[in-house]
Amino acid sequence: MESLIIILVGVLSTVAFYLLLSRNIVRVILGTAILSHAAHLMILAMGGLKIGSAPLLGEEAETYVDALPQALILTAIVISFAVTAFILVLAYRAYQELGTDDLEEMRGTDNE
Amino acid sequence: MQLLILSILLPFLAAALIPLIHRRIGNFNIGWLVLSIPVLLFGFFASQIPMVSSRETLLTSVEWIPSLGINFNAYLDGLSLIMALLITGVGSLVVLYSIYYLSPTDSFPHFYAYLLLFMGAMLGVVLSDNLMVLYVFWELTSISSFLLIAFWYHRKNSRYGAQKSLLITVFGGFAMFAGFLMLYAMTGTLSIRETAAAMGQLTEHALFYPAMFLILLGAFTKSAQFPFHIWLPDAMEAPTPVSAYLHSATMVKAGIYLVARFTPIFGGTSAWFWTITIVGLVTLFWGAFCAIRQTDLKALLAYSTISQLGLIMSLLGMGSAALHYGNTEAGALYGLAIFAALFHLVNHSTFKGALFMVVGIIDHQVGTRDIRRLGGLMALLPVTFTFAVIGSFSMAGLPLLNGFLSKEMFFTASLNAASMPGLFSTSWGWLIPVIAWLASVLTFIYAMIIVFRTFLGNRDSKAVEKRPVEPPIGMLISPAILSILIVGLFFAPNLLGDHLLKPALEQLLPGISGASPDSIYAWHGVNTELLMTIGIVLIGSVLFITFDRWKVIFKIQPAGWTFNALYNYALTSSENAASFVTRSYMTGRLHQYFFYILLFFVVSTGGTLLLSDALSISFVQDAPISIYELMLVIVMIITAISILFTRSRLSAILMNGVLGYSISIFFVLFRAPDLALTQLVIETVTTALFLLCFNYLPEWKREPLPKRKKARNAGLAIAGGLVITLTGLSVNSADLFETISGYFQNSYELAGGQNIVNSILGDFRALDTMLEGLVLFIAGIGVYTLIRLKLKKEAGADGD
Repeated sequence: MESLIIILVGVLSTVAFYLLLSRNIVRVILGTAILSHAAHLMILAMGGLKIGSAPLLGEEAETYVDALPQALILTAIVISFAVTAFILVLAYRAYQELGTDDLEEMRGTDNE
Repeated sequence: MQLLILSILLPFLAAALIPLIHRRIGNFNIGWLVLSIPVLLFGFFASQIPMVSSRETLLTSVEWIPSLGINFNAYLDGLSLIMALLITGVGSLVVLYSIYYLSPTDSFPHFYAYLLLFMGAMLGVVLSDNLMVLYVFWELTSISSFLLIAFWYHRKNSRYGAQKSLLITVFGGFAMFAGFLMLYAMTGTLSIRETAAAMGQLTEHALFYPAMFLILLGAFTKSAQFPFHIWLPDAMEAPTPVSAYLHSATMVKAGIYLVARFTPIFGGTSAWFWTITIVGLVTLFWGAFCAIRQTDLKALLAYSTISQLGLIMSLLGMGSAALHYGNTEAGALYGLAIFAALFHLVNHSTFKGALFMVVGIIDHQVGTRDIRRLGGLMALLPVTFTFAVIGSFSMAGLPLLNGFLSKEMFFTASLNAASMPGLFSTSWGWLIPVIAWLASVLTFIYAMIIVFRTFLGNRDSKAVEKRPVEPPIGMLISPAILSILIVGLFFAPNLLGDHLLKPALEQLLPGISGASPDSIYAWHGVNTELLMTIGIVLIGSVLFITFDRWKVIFKIQPAGWTFNALYNYALTSSENAASFVTRSYMTGRLHQYFFYILLFFVVSTGGTLLLSDALSISFVQDAPISIYELMLVIVMIITAISILFTRSRLSAILMNGVLGYSISIFFVLFRAPDLALTQLVIETVTTALFLLCFNYLPEWKREPLPKRKKARNAGLAIAGGLVITLTGLSVNSADLFETISGYFQNSYELAGGQNIVNSILGDFRALDTMLEGLVLFIAGIGVYTLIRLKLKKEAGADGD
C-alpha cells in the first residue's frame, strides 16, 4: 500500500512540477495546490499505513497508527490553504491592475 | 595578573563609551578624555620594561573556547613590548595632535571610536599568543583602518582607498588564516610558543611550505610589500594623524611583527630567507624609486614608508639565517640583522611619525601639500622646518640622528649576507649591498626633496594665497617629542638597546649568544659602511641638484603598465563578471527560477541517491492493498494527468477538487479522522475560492511555448517526480531510525488528551500551532488588503 501511495505521490508531483513551470498564473497556483496534496500523502505514507486503529485513546485498541505525521499534515493543510488563498487573491488583483494572467507579461511592471 | 588582558580590552571599552559620553559633555573636546587612555596604557607598558630587560616574560591566560583550544592568551616579551610601546606611545602623540588637526565640522566621536578600536585591535595582535585570537585582532585592524581611511567618506578617493586597502589586506588575512590552520594541522596547538617549540622537526612536513607562504602573504599585504604596496598610497586619503599612526608607525608594522614572531618557527630555511630578503629589497628599491617622482608630500611619504618597510623586512629575512647556523660566529653575525630590524622599526616610527605630522601642519596651515606649489616656508614656519630637517635627515641616514645608526647596521648586515659562505651564499649575494646602497641614494634624494622643495626656494605667493603661520602650540608638541627622541636615540641608543632590543632579540633567537652588539656605537672608524654613507651623500647630492635633467627616466615605464592598473582591471572585471552571472539567471521570470530550483533538486537529491547507493526497493513492509484503494489511486492518477491536458479552466479547478476530496477519502481509509474532516472543509473552501476568482480571470490561452521547451519542461517534471518516487520507495524499504511516536501515545498521562493528534497540536507542539495561526492571520490580512486596496493610478503610467 505504501509503495502504491508513493507512486501516486510521484505522479502528482510530476503534474505539479509541470504546472509550476507554466507561465499562466492560475496553472501555477493549481501546481502549488497539487504539490501540497502530494506532500501530505507522502508524509502519511512515510509513517506507515493501516497498522492500527485511529489515534484516539478512547478506542482502547492494541496499536494505534502513527499520530505524529497526522499532526504535521494537519498543520500543513491549513498553511497550504492560507498560501493558496493568498496567491489566488494576488492573481486576481494582479489581473485587475495589469490586465494579464501571463507571468511573462507581468515581469518588470514596476509602477514605481 | 590579568592587567595585560585588561590593557587590550580597555580601548575597546572606551570606544564603546565614547558616543555616550560625547553627548553629555557638550562643547568640551572629547579628544582630551581619549588621550588619557593611550597615556595610561603607555605608562603600564613602560612599567613592564624592567621586567623584560631582566629577560623575563609575562603570560596571562583566560579561557575563551577551551574545547577548540582557543584561549585568550596574552604574552608579553621583548618584541611585544616594543610594539606595545610604539602603539600606545605614538598613539598618545597622535591623539594629542589630532585634537588640533581635526576641524570642528568633523565627527569627533566617530574618529576617536575608530582610533581606539584600532588601538585595542593592534595591542591584541602584538600581545596574543593564540593564533586564532591573533587572527581576529588582525582583521579588526584592517576593519578599523578601512573605517579611518574612509573617515571623510563623502570623497570618492577616500572610499576608493578604503576599499582597496580592505580588499588587499583582508585577502592577505584570509591567506594567513589558512596558513594558521595548516600550522594547527601540523602541530596540534594554536599557541605560538608551543608551535615554535614543536616546529623543529617539521620542515619535512608536506604542509610546511604552503603554511609558510600563506602566512607570508598575510604579512606582505599588511606591510605593503611589493607588489601589494599599491594600497598604501591610496590610504593617504585618511586624515593625516591616521596616516601617521596606522599607515606608518603601527598597523603596517603588523606584517613586520608577524614575520619576526614567526622567525623562530620558519626561520633557518632558505625559502624563508630568500623570499623575505628579495621581497624586502625589491620593495625597498621600488618604494624609494617611486617616492622621488611624487609631487604630493603625503604620497611621497607613503612610498617612503613602503620603502622603509621593505628595508626592515629584508633585514628580518637576512637575520633568519642565524637560526640555520645556530650558536656559531656566523649565526651571531646574521642575528645582528634582526637587531638592526628591531632598531630601525623603532627609529622609523619616530622619524616617519614626525614627518607625517610636519606634512599635516603644512597642509593645515598652507592649504596644499603639492610640492610644486610649495617653497620658501622656512622663514614662515621655522619650528616646523626644524622638525622636517630632523625627520628627513634621520630618514636619509645622516649622522647625529638615530636613522644613521640603524642605517649603518643595515649596511653591515647586507655586507655580511653578501660575504658569508655557506648554505645561503650564491654568486648573486653581492647584489644585496648594491641594491641596499642604490635604494639609500634614492632615499637620500627624496629626503632632500621634502626639505628643500618645501622649505627653501622662492615662495610662490600666487599659488598659495594665505600667508602661513605656525600652528597652535598643541600641534607642535607631538612632532617636538618625536624630534627629541630622534636626536636622543642617537646619543643614547644603548638605553633602548639594552633594555628592549637585546631582550627581544635573545627571546627571538634563544641559544644564539653574541647576536646583539655589546653596545651601539656611532663611530666604527673608517670602514665600508661609513664609505657607503659618504658615497650616498655625495652622489645623492649631485643627483638631487641635477634632478630635472634625469627625471625623464620615469617615463620609461609605459603608462598603464602598473600594478594599480592591474588592480583596477581586476576589480572592474570581477564586478562585470559578477553582474553578468547575476543577470544571466536573475531574469525576473518565475518559471525559469522554478526550473533552476527543480533542476538543483533533481541533480542533488537524485545524484546523492545514486552515488551513495541508497536506492533499494522492497515491498515487504507494505500493508495490503484493497480494491477500493486501488481504484481510488487510479482515479487520482487519471484526474491529475487530465489536468495537464484540459483547455478549460473550470474543469481544471474541478479536477483539483476531485484530487482533494479523494485525499480526504484516503485519510478516512488510513485512520486519520481529523485529517479527513479538515481536508473536506478546506477543499470545499479552496474550490469555492478558485471558482470565485475564476469569475474575474480571463480565459486560458494556449501557451505560446515552442515544442522543444515544452519537452524540456516535461522531462524535468518527470525527472523530479521520479526522484521523489525513488527516494520515497528507498526510505520506505529501510528502517533507518527508530520512531519517536511512541512518546506521544502517552498523551493522556502527559497532556490529558484522549485524541493524540489534538494533544500534539494543542499541547506538545502548541507553539507551532500558535505560529500556524499567525500565518493564517497574516494571510487573512493579505487577502483583505489586496481586495480593499485601491492603487492610485499614475497619470500616463504605461500598461493598460
